[in-house]
Amino acid sequence: METRAKFVARLRNPAFTVLSLGLPVMFFLLFDAIFGSLQAAPGVSTAKLILVSYATYGVGNVMVYNFGIGLANDRGRKLDLLQRATPLPPVVATVAYVIGALIFALLSLILLGLVATVIGGVRLDAGTWLDLTWRLMLGSFPAIGLGMAIGYGSSPNAAPALANMVYLPMLFLSGIFVPLRQLPSTIQHIGSVLPTYHYAQLAWKTIGLNDESTLVALAWLAGWSIVLFALTIRLYRLDQDKKFS
Amino acid sequence: MALLGPNGAGKTTCISVLLGLRKATAGEARLFGLEPTDRRARSRCGVMLQESGVPDTLTVRELVELFGSYYPHPMPTERAIGLAGLEPQSKQQAGKLSGGQRQRLYFALAVAGDPEVIFFDEPTVGMDVESRRLFLQSIRDFSKQGKTILLTTHYLEEADQLAERIIVIDRGLLVADASPREIKSRVVAKQVSFTASTPLTEADFAQLAVSNLTIDDHRVRLFSNAPEALLRELFRRGVDISDLQVVGADLEEAFISLTHQAEEKVTQ
Repeated sequence: METRAKFVARLRNPAFTVLSLGLPVMFFLLFDAIFGSLQAAPGVSTAKLILVSYATYGVGNVMVYNFGIGLANDRGRKLDLLQRATPLPPVVATVAYVIGALIFALLSLILLGLVATVIGGVRLDAGTWLDLTWRLMLGSFPAIGLGMAIGYGSSPNAAPALANMVYLPMLFLSGIFVPLRQLPSTIQHIGSVLPTYHYAQLAWKTIGLNDESTLVALAWLAGWSIVLFALTIRLYRLDQDKKFS
Repeated sequence: MALLGPNGAGKTTCISVLLGLRKATAGEARLFGLEPTDRRARSRCGVMLQESGVPDTLTVRELVELFGSYYPHPMPTERAIGLAGLEPQSKQQAGKLSGGQRQRLYFALAVAGDPEVIFFDEPTVGMDVESRRLFLQSIRDFSKQGKTILLTTHYLEEADQLAERIIVIDRGLLVADASPREIKSRVVAKQVSFTASTPLTEADFAQLAVSNLTIDDHRVRLFSNAPEALLRELFRRGVDISDLQVVGADLEEAFISLTHQAEEKVTQ
């Protein structure tokens, strides 16, 4: 019930829907048209690389913006206070929220897949799609943590700006928008620490373009999840203290 | 039951403590004999808070259904919407409601779980006349079902219309706890003014139960709890009066005098 409500509420918000569902599709079509015909590696077209990269971007996008802006808005309009006075346990509310976001992310993935197959003519077989899906869902937890930290740490006005300022540079620095090898080596070093880098590695494995193994990537992502959720809990407590003491 | 007090009296703080939304700095709050944060206690309460919001993109029906789902034994969605008088708006998104309709939506959310007690914090702030009338009717209908309603307000009139018991607080202190009738009788009830044919002095009223006496040449203004007895006495003394007016003191004035009495007690 709570999941469905969160999901429907977001879906009906045009700004959010366009941002989460439209942007990855638009970027994919743009870059596919420019670079799609090149070879990313022997036997792998750049179009596939672009597809997987923007699928990664898309799912991360849903998480960072859904939780970042969504939570900040809920706090801004004091929905959290009203819900707090009901018997709904906060843990249930949070889990419902995460499930709703995962469904939304899946929707973004399906939309991108349809557009890529029908318009872009990029074919991935069903096994690759399934492989990509679980990797993107499991690997999205640091993005959820980042989104929640932004959501609890900023006001409704600041949240969108903060989300962009943190998330977009991370994408550039980790090879999702621009191939990492084309960037200066210092930036490559910075980039290879970021959660988005390991998230992309996890996804690229599906088309054999990864530089690190799935296990290493998952370990990094688990580490980042712990850090970001710890930060989230800290910010959540601060917010609660301000409100409820 | 109405919790009445001027702005800054501590009404919202009091409700927040009762609901476990704030911790009390001293003493303790109990709901149904339980900690206010206990789920079992919260399952039996409905709440309407000041300035709380809901997602703008959900419809009235969806929201009422959603809030009902938080409770173990919700009331049918239709009934909650009906109680709030929102049937015509049930398919509208919350963001498109007027201010008064929004308040009634919050009322529907508060009753959605079919609670035994409802807390309303300043429910009629920002309502137009029609919305307010509908809303007060909803509250009466709901209380007829044997439910307890605790509302805060700074309108004595509202408390008087709705409550069987009024608690007056000011700056965190209890000023009065009584029935509306008693509250009103405790304060100066009637304002009397008249023109006397012969000039009167304050000494003429020395033995009479009056207050706030002002004499402006022939014109006399005073407050009295028993204007009938006062006038009988004046007539008996042969005072010839004209242009007599007896009006009920404004409830707001009554309220002010009540909080002032408490202030004097404190300063003493």
